[in-house]
Amino acid sequence: MDFTPHTDAERKEMLADIGVSDFKELVKGLPLYEGDFKIPSGLSEGEVVRLGHELGSRNQAPPRLLSFLGAGCYEHYSPAAISALMSRGEFLTAYTPYQPEVSQGTLQTLYEFQSAICEITAMDVCNAGMYEGASALAEAVLLAVRETGRQEVFIPHTLHPDYKAVLDTYTAEASVQLIDVPQRNGQMDLDFLRARVTENTAAVIVQNPNFFGIVEPVVEMGPIVQAAGAFYIAVVNPLSLGLLTPPGEFGADIAVGEGQALGIPPGYGGPYVGLFTCKSKWLRKMPGRLVGQTVDVDGKRAFVLTLQAREQHIRREKATSNVCTTTALIGFCANFYLTLLGKQGFRDVAYQNLAKSHYALDQFRQIPGVRVPFGDSPFFNEFVIQTKVPVENLQQALLEKGIAAGLSLKKWFPELENASLWAVTETKTKADIDHVAKALREVL
Amino acid sequence: MESLIFEKTQPGRRGYVLPALDVPSIDPAAVLPALALRKKVSELPEVSELDVIRHYTRLSQLNFSIDTNFYPLGSCTMKYNPKVCEQVANFTGFRSVHPLQPASTVQGFLQVCYELERMLSEICGMSEFTLQPSAGAHGELTGLLIARAYHKYKGNARKTVIVPDSAHGTNPASAMIAGYQVVNTKSDPKGRVDLKALKAVLNEDTAVFMLTNPNTLGLFETQIKEVAKMVHDVGALLYLDGANMNALVGLIRPGDLGFDIMHLNLHKTFSTPHGGGGPAAGPVGVTEALTPFLPVPRIRKTEQGFSVEETAPLSIGKMRAFNGNSLILLRAYIYIRCLGREGIRKLSETAILNANYLRAKLHDRYQVAIDEPCMHECIFTSAKQKRFGVKTLDIAKRLLDYGFHPPTIYFPLIVEEAMMIEPTETESKQTLDLFIDALNKIADEAERSPEILKTAPHSTPVRRLDEVKAAREPNLRWRSVPVKVSNPPTPAKT
Amino acid sequence: MSNIERHYAKSHEWIRVEGNIGYVGISDHAQHEVTDVVYAEIPKIGKSVKAGDEAATIESVKAAFSIYAPVSGTIAKANAELEKEPGLINQSPYEQGWIFALELSDPGEVNKLMTEAQYQDFLKSGGPAAHP
Repeated sequence: MDFTPHTDAERKEMLADIGVSDFKELVKGLPLYEGDFKIPSGLSEGEVVRLGHELGSRNQAPPRLLSFLGAGCYEHYSPAAISALMSRGEFLTAYTPYQPEVSQGTLQTLYEFQSAICEITAMDVCNAGMYEGASALAEAVLLAVRETGRQEVFIPHTLHPDYKAVLDTYTAEASVQLIDVPQRNGQMDLDFLRARVTENTAAVIVQNPNFFGIVEPVVEMGPIVQAAGAFYIAVVNPLSLGLLTPPGEFGADIAVGEGQALGIPPGYGGPYVGLFTCKSKWLRKMPGRLVGQTVDVDGKRAFVLTLQAREQHIRREKATSNVCTTTALIGFCANFYLTLLGKQGFRDVAYQNLAKSHYALDQFRQIPGVRVPFGDSPFFNEFVIQTKVPVENLQQALLEKGIAAGLSLKKWFPELENASLWAVTETKTKADIDHVAKALREVL
Repeated sequence: MESLIFEKTQPGRRGYVLPALDVPSIDPAAVLPALALRKKVSELPEVSELDVIRHYTRLSQLNFSIDTNFYPLGSCTMKYNPKVCEQVANFTGFRSVHPLQPASTVQGFLQVCYELERMLSEICGMSEFTLQPSAGAHGELTGLLIARAYHKYKGNARKTVIVPDSAHGTNPASAMIAGYQVVNTKSDPKGRVDLKALKAVLNEDTAVFMLTNPNTLGLFETQIKEVAKMVHDVGALLYLDGANMNALVGLIRPGDLGFDIMHLNLHKTFSTPHGGGGPAAGPVGVTEALTPFLPVPRIRKTEQGFSVEETAPLSIGKMRAFNGNSLILLRAYIYIRCLGREGIRKLSETAILNANYLRAKLHDRYQVAIDEPCMHECIFTSAKQKRFGVKTLDIAKRLLDYGFHPPTIYFPLIVEEAMMIEPTETESKQTLDLFIDALNKIADEAERSPEILKTAPHSTPVRRLDEVKAAREPNLRWRSVPVKVSNPPTPAKT
Repeated sequence: MSNIERHYAKSHEWIRVEGNIGYVGISDHAQHEVTDVVYAEIPKIGKSVKAGDEAATIESVKAAFSIYAPVSGTIAKANAELEKEPGLINQSPYEQGWIFALELSDPGEVNKLMTEAQYQDFLKSGGPAAHP
């Protein structure tokens, strides 16, 4: 099945209008591939749907799989209105709103997205969306290095390992020195920062909650970073902001984050939306697209892409970033989610995450063979446990019961023996949690 | 116009209510430090589900989109996005999968990614692809970092990336981020590589020459094999910006032409929806010599099924968290499975046919930048309308009144007052004829009543915007209260 | 101060010397070409620049333009008014729309620039387009 509409007669007529008798004349002299493409024959729609079902059934997925995986991607309930709106062709199949007269739907929705993200982060400005969280952080670091002219960047040991890896890739060719900030009881070591952050420091990064799910001393860190004149860069889980102090209130210069938690399906890694917010001071330096409010010639309120002279299509090699895609549709999704939950629901969902994860850890603690390494540290919806058996064995045993256990941390944190990271969101019922606790008890 | 959703707030109204909490309630202040707790509530809207549906449905109706209008935006390949791809991408077995699930539980997704990678490699004549990059520009950066890693491995990272003046703006921007100096080279009047100019800048410092083929004038780079030889003779790599791959799919394989690295825009050539500016996916293909430098993770096929290789000694590392925009990759996979080996060739042939048909039908009334057979798009200018004081922008805006999205305008930069029209293969002759009629009427209007054009559009939800005001007084968000400087809470002295 | 002589660079900046300080802006011709200036990024005071170095940037809605130092020196003043009102470059290119002032390191360089008359001839001869 292809999606070309012409009948043979139309094709001939069009070729005649062009003034050729055969298509080949249009590509005469070009190095055409004469071999056979080793790809399968085309399928009809029914066949391809069946193929989709077959492939999909070879994946295990919630709700049939009871999953406690988090680590930067979370299972949250996404109200039905969201996918209904996202599947509207007028949103789905429009391009970047270069012609504002016929793109007010995209533009106003993005303006509302920017507004909603500013509300929850308490930051001054937000762009229209980045690829995802890790590359948004990398862009923030490049901005800080460029603006300060300094090279040292402090990276928490408790930062998501993928974010760290992406930072390594992005800064490999810039003269940037990434300094690892040790953890103490799962939190950043403030004494280390006090001793080491100086006027050579371009930026200090904090992830809140951090990779272990622990809430960092973000307010206490502010003055240490600011005294050195460095950028304070926060990586936040937006869903936690229903409860936690937002970056705009702890003095962050730039706050980035993964928007996935805001009603966006896990989708085996994407697409997601990177959040990028900053203080007004850095507005002209921020990457990505921005939507602004203005008026049309009749004085009507209208929205338009603005401050475009910062961008790659105008500045070319002098641009501050090469980003061109703004993940508008996924930004819409986050905006629909925040709008549907609203002022109260946004607090409720954060609260339920807190209550359920704390209930789960309380149950897990009572299981012989479970140790909680960062016992006293405050956490949001994720926590680390250590078990007397290797995590792989645990995962295998639980998988047989239809449960995806917490993530093994061995690869990144070998010093934490048999450690796993468990996320418990509002999607888990008390019965689910009791069920997994019982299963753990049986395995251990 | 629709008011802002924030302006529709009714205190206490809810759009979604969570289930009752079924675990013991806790006091946040008992488990979290006081400084960690939010004090001021976010002023999110308080609206009902119907309020939300109606607000955004109405907003959506203010958009032009492929589903509602012909959208011949050059270089963007605004083709029809088949609904079956959407349907499959919404299967629970795909959309609810966590990216860190063990490989044994995601064999279906791994198979999709593995086979997509093989099919793209076959279509492009490359050895392997990485599916990780999230967009075209992200792919460019990935490709250039691969080139850099390769040159470093051979002993010298080299210094420069050569970019033609006809290139997309992302090319030089990506090269800078990859740590290279950008050397611009002039194109010949047809937008093709000027071999003399290229020779003058190519040397042992050159890491990469980035090229778009067909070029941004819609013409095939006929001297491509000579270009490849010149680039390879100085030990540099040849990079293809695959933005215009819709002209080549099933007809010509970039790998056979001498390209070492290329990116694809799945949201263009392989029909994943543009979503108002994204999401996208920008897979990067390389020749065999460059495969050790591809980003991780890599998917491997083994006798036990598909597995994920997390590290590789020479890899450039990771370009983003997790594995990539998998639901976009899945849509592209389904699309290619629909087309199959017969369909991909028909795709590019029809895209080229449609573009040439527009060229043939419009060249009497509009100046064609280069009037010779084009590939998938054709560049016109408003030169014939200039004497009436009409500019390309005016023609573009007037097209809106006729219900057509305008072409890409003022690009490429090397053509004055350019209009870049890319009809794509999914548009019927009837649609193209209506578009031709509209452009002919506009050409008449330009002669008789140019004011209609200069003040266009007239029938759109809003008319021309005050962009100067938008840029001088940036208003980038709604605010519940007038601006006030807030001070961060101070930590207690210990 | 408008009586004081202005000199011009081929990239359309003017300079007006008062003592050892040279005020720099863009010509009326250039501001027309640029169209409405929506943003001006003014340089940091104390920065030293050579003739031809990029010293500031101005933006219109659809483009960005580099402003080059017409002569060598140290940035002595920058017009902070432009941060609030970039349109001054359009409304008053030779007075309120000045962009920065240099403490000249080699006052002789000014004589290498075009005089008002030479600049007018240069424009008539269709010199290079304003601002690359």
